[in-house]
Amino acid sequence: MSDRKTLQIKQISGHSGPAAGFDMQRDYEVCKLIDTTICIGCKACEVACVEWNDMPFTPTTFDNTYQTMPSTSYHFWNLIKFNEHQREDGTVQWLMRKDQCMHCADPGCLRACPADGAIVQYTNGIVDFQQENCIGCEFCVSGCPYDIPKFNPATKKVYKCTLCSDRVGQGLEPACIKACPTGCLKFGSKDDMKFIAEERAKQLRENFGFEKAGVYDPQSIGGTHVVYVLHDAENPERYGGLPKNPVIPWSYTVWKWLFKPVLGTFALFGLLGVLLHYVTVGPRRAQPEPPIKERES
Amino acid sequence: MSTAIDRFDDKTRGAFGQIGQTEVYEGELLRHRVYTRFLHWMVALFFFLALFTGFGIYMPWLFRWFTPIFGGGPLSREMHPWFGLGFVIFFGLQALNWIKPMTWTAADTKWMVNLRKIIGGQEKMEPPDTGFFNGGQKMQFWEIASGCIVYLITGMILWFGARVFGRWAVAVSYVLHDISALIMLGGIFIHIYLSTIGQSGTFQAMIRGAVSEAWAWTFHPAWYKQVTGRDPVGACEEARRKASAK
Repeated sequence: MSDRKTLQIKQISGHSGPAAGFDMQRDYEVCKLIDTTICIGCKACEVACVEWNDMPFTPTTFDNTYQTMPSTSYHFWNLIKFNEHQREDGTVQWLMRKDQCMHCADPGCLRACPADGAIVQYTNGIVDFQQENCIGCEFCVSGCPYDIPKFNPATKKVYKCTLCSDRVGQGLEPACIKACPTGCLKFGSKDDMKFIAEERAKQLRENFGFEKAGVYDPQSIGGTHVVYVLHDAENPERYGGLPKNPVIPWSYTVWKWLFKPVLGTFALFGLLGVLLHYVTVGPRRAQPEPPIKERES
Repeated sequence: MSTAIDRFDDKTRGAFGQIGQTEVYEGELLRHRVYTRFLHWMVALFFFLALFTGFGIYMPWLFRWFTPIFGGGPLSREMHPWFGLGFVIFFGLQALNWIKPMTWTAADTKWMVNLRKIIGGQEKMEPPDTGFFNGGQKMQFWEIASGCIVYLITGMILWFGARVFGRWAVAVSYVLHDISALIMLGGIFIHIYLSTIGQSGTFQAMIRGAVSEAWAWTFHPAWYKQVTGRDPVGACEEARRKASAK
């Protein structure tokens, strides 16, 4: 996507009229739409993710649910979270949510990261880890509201879903999207996905009796490049702990970007202080000193 | 408890006295023995290793040129906690070694109130009740002691990370660790200044272990009186008379 943007022809020599195709791309921001209401929990997306990203087979963990394992891991970036939710009338509802990196517009991981070039955000919204620059401090883990970055103790680097930036860069949709058999996963521009999501939520509210149906695109972190359609948008926590108001700790916002440079400069003033003390007041000497001949006043 | 610490200190001081030596010449006093000097320089070494490996991770504009000194970002990050641990362990031993002379007294409170005069250079000699350590030295000692506790707790949380302690524990520790480092960074400028060019004759106390008598009666009069039995002001006046008679 980024290649297309920079290599799009703007002008052509000796050509009358505008360059063909110029300004045709409306929206550079990409988005994955996950409609939890039509997910059947088949886990084709999990398999596609493992396949495309060439990750090793991982033994599954049985914990009395249909979930493959308790949480995503450094070599398992895409997990369908299951929850059996009992409604007030006693009936049971299966909530299935595809858990992966949300590709936040304001990424907490990127804010927390101290290593130059270890986390990048593309103009299309994809947040990608560059493991060759990662120092393995795991601050990103604490910066992320979704518990997505996972540490590999063998390589001492952190890994997560890339939104298949390698595929998207070549004009392909992410692997999970390609594998989805129900159309629960869609991929396109952020505007289009938001439009479809809102239409679907409206349909759920008006035609299917899900009065609280809505779209999950939390504005507390500037929105995300993965949006959900939920039957109950007022209680996203039910869907395997999706935070209603995801936040980035203030250590990585106010402290890191304001107080750190300011206080660091103050520390340097300490050095200046002792230097100035030496040239103005002067050092203290063991007494008795030689008698004073002259004094500046 | 204190007797156990005493026994440990005596044993280690004795052992280090066997390894190294301190020569005190005529007109000098023994200030810091081998064990104390060894601990001081180990603390200093680990402090600076931890400080510089931490610098690279602390601020983005230091990252590119500070981390290569220690083999790059990943190695800096890997070694920083170990350097920190070394700092805390050696300072812990120094704290046991110094716990008695570092006890805060009324004289130290008075010294702190008097601080402005000392910084301004109006007081040529320390107040007569200034002992082996003055109020400023004790304050730095206790700042580092409390800083070590903060480093140890927050450092462990940062070391094992959000996986073990949760993201908010890490986020809070991150700030506390930074504040502790900034205070210590400010303190180290003053410490180095006063022990080298700021107060002549001090540096040899930590290198050779001995100081001149004049240094002792000027900067630590009560200690001078305690070890020599002579009055510091009187000794200073006598020296002044001798100097002018020549």
